[in-house]
Amino acid sequence: MIYAVFAPLLFAVLIPFLSRWKEKVHTGWLILPVPFLIFLYFLQFVGPNFEPQVQSVQWIPSLDISLSFHLDGLSLLFALLISGIGTLVVLYSIYYLNHKEQLGHFYTYLYIFMTAMLGVVLSDNVFALYAFWEFTSISSFLLIGYWHYRERSRYGALKSMLITVLGGFSLLAGIILLTIVTGTTSIREMVAQADVIVDSHYFPFILAFLLLGAFTKSAQFPFHIWLPDAMEAPTPVSAYLHSATMVKAGIYLMARFSPILAGDPNFFFLLSLFGIVTLVWGSFMAVRQTDLKGILAYSTISQLGMIMAMLGFGTDVALFAAVFHILNHATFKGSLFMVAGIVDHETGTRDIRKLGGLMTFMPISFTLAIFGTFSMAGVPLPFLNGFYSKEMFFDATLVNSASGPFMEALVAALPVLAVIGSIFTFVYSMYLFFGTFTGKYKEEELPQTPHEAPKMMLLPPFILILGVITIGLFPEMFNQGLITHAADAVFGAENNQDIYFWHGLVPAFYMSVAVVVLGITLYLTKSKWEGIYSVLPGRLSFNRVYDWLIEKIETGSNKVTTSYMTGSLRFYMVLTLTAIFAITLGVLIQTNGVNFEVTDVAPITTKELIVAAIMAIAAIATIFVHNRIAIILIVGVIGYGLAILFVFYRAPDLALTQLIVETVTVVLFMLCFYHLPNLQKSTTPLLTKGVNVAISVGFGLLLMVIGVSAYNSRAFDSIADYYIENADPLAGGYNMVNVILVDFRGIDTLFEVAVLFGAALAIIAMIKLRRDKGAK
Amino acid sequence: MEIIMTGLASILFGAGIYNLLQKQLLRIVVGTVLVSHGAHLYFLTMAQLKRGAPPLVVDGVTEYADPLPQALVLTAIVIAFGVTSFLLVLAYRTYTLNKTDNMEELRGSDHE
Repeated sequence: MIYAVFAPLLFAVLIPFLSRWKEKVHTGWLILPVPFLIFLYFLQFVGPNFEPQVQSVQWIPSLDISLSFHLDGLSLLFALLISGIGTLVVLYSIYYLNHKEQLGHFYTYLYIFMTAMLGVVLSDNVFALYAFWEFTSISSFLLIGYWHYRERSRYGALKSMLITVLGGFSLLAGIILLTIVTGTTSIREMVAQADVIVDSHYFPFILAFLLLGAFTKSAQFPFHIWLPDAMEAPTPVSAYLHSATMVKAGIYLMARFSPILAGDPNFFFLLSLFGIVTLVWGSFMAVRQTDLKGILAYSTISQLGMIMAMLGFGTDVALFAAVFHILNHATFKGSLFMVAGIVDHETGTRDIRKLGGLMTFMPISFTLAIFGTFSMAGVPLPFLNGFYSKEMFFDATLVNSASGPFMEALVAALPVLAVIGSIFTFVYSMYLFFGTFTGKYKEEELPQTPHEAPKMMLLPPFILILGVITIGLFPEMFNQGLITHAADAVFGAENNQDIYFWHGLVPAFYMSVAVVVLGITLYLTKSKWEGIYSVLPGRLSFNRVYDWLIEKIETGSNKVTTSYMTGSLRFYMVLTLTAIFAITLGVLIQTNGVNFEVTDVAPITTKELIVAAIMAIAAIATIFVHNRIAIILIVGVIGYGLAILFVFYRAPDLALTQLIVETVTVVLFMLCFYHLPNLQKSTTPLLTKGVNVAISVGFGLLLMVIGVSAYNSRAFDSIADYYIENADPLAGGYNMVNVILVDFRGIDTLFEVAVLFGAALAIIAMIKLRRDKGAK
Repeated sequence: MEIIMTGLASILFGAGIYNLLQKQLLRIVVGTVLVSHGAHLYFLTMAQLKRGAPPLVVDGVTEYADPLPQALVLTAIVIAFGVTSFLLVLAYRTYTLNKTDNMEELRGSDHE
């Protein structure tokens, strides 16, 4: 299983090399087998006797993070969708993108996504899940921005990234709390402790964080705004990420955690409310769109809302229908996206106002679109899978129980809202289909003369439509092998529903009939009531909120940054020093490290005191002297004083080195000072001076305290004895310091030489090179 | 004696930091030199002073001064020398190109 998850990623590494030959062989052909083999791998698990599989590999054991993959019914359904639709999308993209495009980039991003998405649905470890989750956001960002020279693409990519990553952080916060409460990082073990989680006082936060993560990812109202802008991506990407797989990650998350979260009535309330609002709003807005992909984007939003609402209901029928609809939606929406891409590809436009009458030019696409749109609309025909899950959805809206006035109101409103949402769904489906393929053919408005797409390009949507019909005709075949297992996993117990076409004259049937009748009426009278869109949403849009927020964040962060990045080096020094001072002092106090009990010091002698006094006076004098030569000489005095101290302190090598270095330094100073202006009396204001003095004195005192305390508290013995004993026997030298430098720590010295060498090179460069007057 | 030396090192630090906070390039270089001097003395002091003979192997002597901090300080002196000379030349170069040695006037101009 682990190979199946990581195979796309491994191939993603190879793709840049494969894409060199893209002129001869389209890169897509070379990597097409990868998702197909993964699909076959997961297909072998399908069957009535499916048992969950587990495979685990340690990753970061110290943090209890492992790559532990758990394949249950829900994961299996998703894994099949990811790999199956992935195969079709790669095949489709071979004809959609010609070899002049940056194919290497495209397939690399796509395969990164494939691994990430498989990881999301298979990970049992919450942190691994989070890592994969963020990878899907990043690859989605890259794919939306694939045509990066378009301004709209960049805008859409950034928007999706910001919103989904915001949700990602929220998810991270949620799973950290979950880990704290349960003490485990495994989802299965968390589910086993569901009572503990619901009873803990962190639970409201856990619920809110996880919901925010799921709502942003699955484009729920009001976070849905990124999805229509994500349609700037190439159509294969829209079909794959933004309808069939990635946007369902939020649904997956809710489904996966629903055995835990459903213990709280708020879960039902929030999820149903947001889900049903998204359903109605998405379908309402879809009717207004003029871009084919725009319609499909809002349609996706609305369908996701429907699935989300069903997860919220939490009854066995609802959960079963939710899982069933995930599969159905992937088939009909995937095929419709592909057909929309074909129309775009062959006519040069996706604007439905310019399209029309394409039936005669593109008969095969037309046929495919009939099945797709009618299934989406939920037209009651026995070979359309969309109808089955929609009718189960109606069923599910009718059987919810509630406590409290808000919930009762919601429960009562659910069937009504469901019907309204479905009516608009019906309307936009019809609009999409008839607007594109029937009506008047507007030749002069089309950039290209339309003709049917190549056969291989039609194959992927054809296979998906075949899926629509097969599921429609033989629902039980899919039920036993796949859907039941997935529904079991979500419900947490046996959840075996029969899928019927004909339920009898039950309320759900009347609801379906109402949808079709009212839908047809509204579609035919569309031009009469379209004016409503200037009232609702009118100018109200969450896009405006988003744009306003982004602008404010940019100007705000700019203000913050310029407030401390002033360009004044002194100011940076002050900030840095103050920070170091505060942190060091804080640690010193916190660890109770101050220790003034002086023990074991060397005796004080007069000659040392004299040298020390001279150095101290000289050091302070540097501040007050304003003559260049004087200051250089004073620095020299300090250096030579230090050399003398080294002599007193039994460090002959240091004394010698210091003498030589000091001499050379003074000479260097003398060479340079001639070129520098004389020192001026400082004209800084008194306040600045005060700050400077405070920082300097404060630092001096702090170091004094640290020095004395450190001297008096020795945690362990010196390791010097090793060097003292072994200098002669091991290194054959009598000067221990030299032996340490050139033998025991020889490599360090080599690097030191390298540093000096680099400095020397830089100095030569700075002196020798003359700046080119003209160029900058 | 170690306490006095710690005090001296602290004075060197203080004076060095004060110079670092000034505007003129030459003062900043001087500040760097003082801070590194302070650091060397500080380090050596921390390892206790005047214990045993200089770290040169001589027959019959068993007590030696700790050679390890000396080796480290030796390295530090050389590196400090590299830094100082680099800074000096940098200051020279900056002045010849920009005709000012005032740090307040040497701000980057590429603020967006």
